[in-house]
Amino acid sequence: MARIRDEHDGSRWSRLQRWLSEGDDPLDRDLIEAVDAPTPLPDAVPPVQPLKLWKVREEARRSHRIEKADRFLRILYVLSAVLVCAGIIGVLWLTTERLPSFGGVENPANNEVPAHYIEKGMEETGAVNIVAGMILDYRAFDTLGESNVLFVAACTVIILMRIRSGDPADRLAEDAGDGRYEPGEDSVLQVMAALIVPLVLVFGVYIVLNGHLSPGGGFSGGAVMGAALILYLNAYGSAKAGRFFTFRTFRTVSLVALSFYALSKAYSFFTGANELPSVITAGTPGRIFSAGLIPYLNIAVGLVVCCTMYALYTLFRKGDL
Amino acid sequence: MQTLMILLLSLVLFCVIAVAFTKNLLTAAVVFMVQSLALSVVWVLLESPDLAITEAAVGAGIDSLLLFAALKKIHAIDAAAEADAGTEETPAGEEAAHGPNP
Amino acid sequence: MTFEHIPEIAAVILFGVGFTLLLIDRNLIKKIIGFSMTDSGMYLYLAAKGYVAGRKAPIVENGVTDAAAYINPVPAGLVLTGIVVSVACTAVMLALTVRLYKRYRTLNIDEIANLARKEDG
Repeated sequence: MARIRDEHDGSRWSRLQRWLSEGDDPLDRDLIEAVDAPTPLPDAVPPVQPLKLWKVREEARRSHRIEKADRFLRILYVLSAVLVCAGIIGVLWLTTERLPSFGGVENPANNEVPAHYIEKGMEETGAVNIVAGMILDYRAFDTLGESNVLFVAACTVIILMRIRSGDPADRLAEDAGDGRYEPGEDSVLQVMAALIVPLVLVFGVYIVLNGHLSPGGGFSGGAVMGAALILYLNAYGSAKAGRFFTFRTFRTVSLVALSFYALSKAYSFFTGANELPSVITAGTPGRIFSAGLIPYLNIAVGLVVCCTMYALYTLFRKGDL
Repeated sequence: MQTLMILLLSLVLFCVIAVAFTKNLLTAAVVFMVQSLALSVVWVLLESPDLAITEAAVGAGIDSLLLFAALKKIHAIDAAAEADAGTEETPAGEEAAHGPNP
Repeated sequence: MTFEHIPEIAAVILFGVGFTLLLIDRNLIKKIIGFSMTDSGMYLYLAAKGYVAGRKAPIVENGVTDAAAYINPVPAGLVLTGIVVSVACTAVMLALTVRLYKRYRTLNIDEIANLARKEDG
C-alpha cells in the first residue's frame, strides 16, 4: 500500500516515531515516493544525485536551524553596514558645513601659486593649456612618478596572470577556457571595426598631439588609442592582433618612452638648477611644435598609456600578451 | 546650470546606491560605468575639460572594461574546470556573473 | 542643514558608500568597485575645491593671462594623476582576485580565509 510521503510526515504516528528515535524514521526506507515523475532539469544543471531519504530529512532539520541563525546574522550585517555608512557620511557632512563657500574667490586654495601658474604659465612654458603646462613642465616629476606607477602595475599584472600550472592537462583546460571567447567570423563586428578602428586611432593621436593647445594630453589620448586596439582585438581575434603587438613590442615601447621622458626631464632639471642656457625654447604659443618639450613628452606618455591599457586587457582575456 | 548639476549628482548617487544593493556582478559593473559617465559630465560643469576627457576615456572606458574582462575570466576559469572534471560544458547562456557569493 | 556645498556633499556620500562597500561587503569584486568609488568621491571633492564661480576653464583664450579670469588649475592637475593611478590599482586588485578565484574557487572573502586557515593549520 503506497502512502504519499507528505501525509506520512504529518501524521501523529510518524511524529511520535521521530520524537522517540530522535532522527531516523525506520518506516522511511519502506515508503514509496508517490510523486509525479520529476520534470527534467534544463541542460545547464548537472543531474542531482539521489540521496537516501532519511539523509534528506536529517539535512532538512539541520539546515532549518542554520537558516534561522543565518537570517539573524544577515539582518545584523545589513544593519551594521547601514550604521557604519551613516556614521561616516554624517561626520563628514557636518565637516563640510564649516568649509568656505563653494566657488568663492577668497578660498585659501586660491593663493599665489595658481596665480603664478596662470599669469606666467604661457610665457614660461609656451603651453596654451595651463593644466598641461603645469603637469608636464612645472610638475613634470609627478607625471614621471605616475607613468612609473602605470608601468609597475602592468609588470605586476603580467607576473600574476602569466603563472601557469605545472600540470599539462590543467594548462590545456585553461587554454580551452580562454579560447571560448575568441571571435568567430562575425562579419557585422568585423566590418564595423574596420570602419571605426582607424577613426578612433586618429582621434586618439589628435588628442595626444594637441595636448598643450586644448584639453586632452597624453593620458586621455593614450587611453583612446588603447581602446581602439582593444576593439581590434575583440573583432579580429588574438592571432591577428598578435602580429603587431607582442610582449617584445610592449617592452620596447615602454622602456624607450619612459627613458626618453626621464632623460629629457633630467636635462631640463640639470640646466635649470645650474643656471645654464638650455637648447629648448618655449616657441610661439598656438603652434603644434611649440611649448618646448611638452609635445614630445605627451607622445611618450601617450604611448606608454596605450601599451599599458592594451596589455592589461589582453592579459585578462588571453592570459598572455 | 545649478539644476543640471543637481540632476547629474543625484544620478551619480543613485548609481552608487544601486551598486551597493545589487547581487549580480554584471549589473554592478554596468552601473559603475554609468556612474563614471555621469561624473565625466559633472567635470565639464565644474569647468575642468581635461578631467572630463580623462574620466570618460579611462574611467568609463578602461576601468569598466577591466571589470568586464575579469568577470569573463572568472567564468572562463569555471568552464575550464568543468571541462576538466568531465561534466558537460555549459552553453554561453549560463547564469552569467552570478558570482558565487551570498 | 544648508545646501550650498552640493558637490562636496555628493563627494562625501560617494566616499562613505564606497568605503562601506570596501569594508563590509564580502564579495571581492564589490570591494574593488567600492575602492574605485571612494577614489571618485575624493576626485569630486578636489575638483570642487578648484572651482571659482564665474570664471572659465584654464585654457588661455585671446592671450588673456589675468589670474582673475580662470579657475584654479592646481587641483585639476592633481586629480589627473589620481585618475590614472586609480585605474592601475584596480587592475592589480583584479589580477589578484582572478588568481584567488583560480585557487579557491570562490569570491567570498570569509570562505577564502577559512580555506586558507584550514590549509595552514
